[in-house]
Amino acid sequence: MKSTLKLALGLASAISASTAVSNVAHAEDLTLCWAAWDPANALVELSKDFTKETGIGMKFEFVPWTNYADRFLNELNSHGKLCDLIIGDSQWIGGAAENGHYVKLNDFFDKEKISMDDFVPATVVGYSEWPKNTPNYWALPAMGDVVGWTYRKDWFSKPELQKEFKEKYGWDLAPPTTFDQLKQIAEFFQKRQIDGKTVYGASIYTERGSEGITMGAMDVLYSYGFQYENPKKPYEMEGFVNSEKSVKGLEFYKSLYDCCTPPGASNSYMGEGVDAFKSGQVAMHMNFAFTWPGLQKDENVGGDKIGYFVNPKGPDGDQFAQLGGQGISVVSYSDKQESALKYIKWFANKDVQAKWWSLGGYSCLNSVVKDPKFPSSQPYAQAFLDSMAIVKDFWAEPSYAPLLQASQKRFHDYVVAGQGSPKDALDGLVKDWTQVFQDDGKM
Amino acid sequence: MLNRTADNVARATPEPLAKKIRGISDKGLAWLFISPTILLLLAINIFPLFWAIYLSFTNYRANRPNEVVKNLGLSNYQRILGDQDIWIAMQTTAHFVFWTILLQTVIGFTLAWLIDRKFRGHAFWTTIILVPMMLSPAVVGNFWRFLYEPQIGLFSYVISFVTGIPPTNVQMLSNVELAPWAIIIVDTWMWTPYVMLICLAGLRSIPEYIYEAAEVDRASNWRQFWSITLPMALPFIMLAVLFRGIENFKMFDMVNLLTGGGPGSTTEVASITLKRQAFESWRTGYSSAFAIILFVAVFGLANIYVKALNKVKQR
Repeated sequence: MKSTLKLALGLASAISASTAVSNVAHAEDLTLCWAAWDPANALVELSKDFTKETGIGMKFEFVPWTNYADRFLNELNSHGKLCDLIIGDSQWIGGAAENGHYVKLNDFFDKEKISMDDFVPATVVGYSEWPKNTPNYWALPAMGDVVGWTYRKDWFSKPELQKEFKEKYGWDLAPPTTFDQLKQIAEFFQKRQIDGKTVYGASIYTERGSEGITMGAMDVLYSYGFQYENPKKPYEMEGFVNSEKSVKGLEFYKSLYDCCTPPGASNSYMGEGVDAFKSGQVAMHMNFAFTWPGLQKDENVGGDKIGYFVNPKGPDGDQFAQLGGQGISVVSYSDKQESALKYIKWFANKDVQAKWWSLGGYSCLNSVVKDPKFPSSQPYAQAFLDSMAIVKDFWAEPSYAPLLQASQKRFHDYVVAGQGSPKDALDGLVKDWTQVFQDDGKM
Repeated sequence: MLNRTADNVARATPEPLAKKIRGISDKGLAWLFISPTILLLLAINIFPLFWAIYLSFTNYRANRPNEVVKNLGLSNYQRILGDQDIWIAMQTTAHFVFWTILLQTVIGFTLAWLIDRKFRGHAFWTTIILVPMMLSPAVVGNFWRFLYEPQIGLFSYVISFVTGIPPTNVQMLSNVELAPWAIIIVDTWMWTPYVMLICLAGLRSIPEYIYEAAEVDRASNWRQFWSITLPMALPFIMLAVLFRGIENFKMFDMVNLLTGGGPGSTTEVASITLKRQAFESWRTGYSSAFAIILFVAVFGLANIYVKALNKVKQR
């Protein structure tokens, strides 16, 4: 009886002790929230080093892109404690800063001697600063990303196609440097038979639900002369958003959609674009640079078959590209802010950033991207560098969501549904955006 | 076993409590039983409704919790009623409701009438017809999205085979003219069996002796249909129309899965607009006002309809 009692007591103490130990171990676990995509998998791999160095475990909450904003903005708005660290979209920074969702990092950066001068300037403005162009930092640039293009190098290099193209257009079939050239190439490949299969010109963003068509149309509009506001008078949009040049840019985007996209590509974004390229449907493919490592490795279209080029120039020689990517922030509702800051400090480290790039993440640290070996480190590295030098971003205002929804509607109504004129669409956009800023008391 | 458990519970109940329980009236007991349901309804239906009514008069935005909430009076309602996009969404909704109800009623009643003939194998065909209704809308939406695919979709190939138009030109979900019909086709495919079932119940409820009397009077089949079958089944048909009308007025899942409201805003029904305003633009107060307007519209129309239905039943 006694021995049974002893055994029971022993077991009970062992269980409670192990529970206590496990509680201690898990008390330091950090949860990092991000979108479910290839770079997130690379970050899981990278973070193992952090756990090895600090003993702090890492848990990850990854949500598909379609639910990414809904899920995490709800989490932040409800002051949830799920995420200790969050890699939030660049447009969220204004709202997250003004609503107190993120910890301001200025003091921490000063204390740890983390300088924003060490990062690519566009990514600091895009992912970290609010208000923009002021030294108020809410995130560390984590994942550089930008819209660029891939093309079928193997198709472009076919002698018979090169000959036919030269005869038809008078210049060599090669990655385009202007949008006019891009359209000519797209038209050339549209409905062409290659290897017994009908192929199409280009895959571009047309998605209606989240942000797809805005990211795609803006990518073109910037280079045509679109500006969000009067540089001298904030929120004055008349004559800038709907300028003659912007109208031409939107008209071009529609003509590209009409002439040269695969049938039924009326709701296409990152995933659909990758599918179209991987399945050998299109000659060119507009997408964020994060897709490039995966495509490069693809057995059917990667390796020597794929090439990369920067978003082409507009009619006046202007050249810009839509910024993507995100910064990493500490959530202000987290109980483990100290450990979360340790992670940020570790992540900012030069060696960690170099490994981040090698695993498939896009580092924003100058020491990595300005390394002389960087351009040759991957076939797409130079295109990424060149693209990051010309980026522009969508509004990062706290009201970015209704601003984005307005552009989604106006662009889709015109480009895909063919309703009204480009001028109507952009005039309507000025009206919608004005209403949003009036509701915010900014106009 | 149940009796023994009940005896045990009765024995274990303290005497004062048992006396109190015995003293409860039938009405009290009824309230005791339904109170959990009422509390649940209050918590998840009534309270949110009143909360939404309150929010509809404010500028509250769920993504700006720190902002001061201002009372806007009726301005949200005023803005919605003056918003052209909202009226377009209402027209789109009305278009869907009209065509889906018309097609589902006509086809559903015809199928019910055929099934009611009790031909050989009618039970098997009834089961087959009911299958679409049993599927989840998410499955149906994805399934039809593939069928409509212009490059690999079966639907495009069938249309191509019949008409000679190349399959890649049959772009059901991308074409402004065809996209609304793509949704109407799927909704009709899925919910016609439901209308058929209700109509079948109506047809089976018509007493056989009425037809026998009509036969004696030498009434033609057509005359029997117009004078007996249709009038007597009418309340059931109207009931089916009511159910489908309410359901289709708030149609969301199928549209969201098939077109997401596109191309452009061609298939953007009221529920999609509401979702966009509430959960994408985060205009909580504004979208609450819109939800209230929709609620009043459905509730009002349904009430008028039910009165008409009662009149038909009393005839």
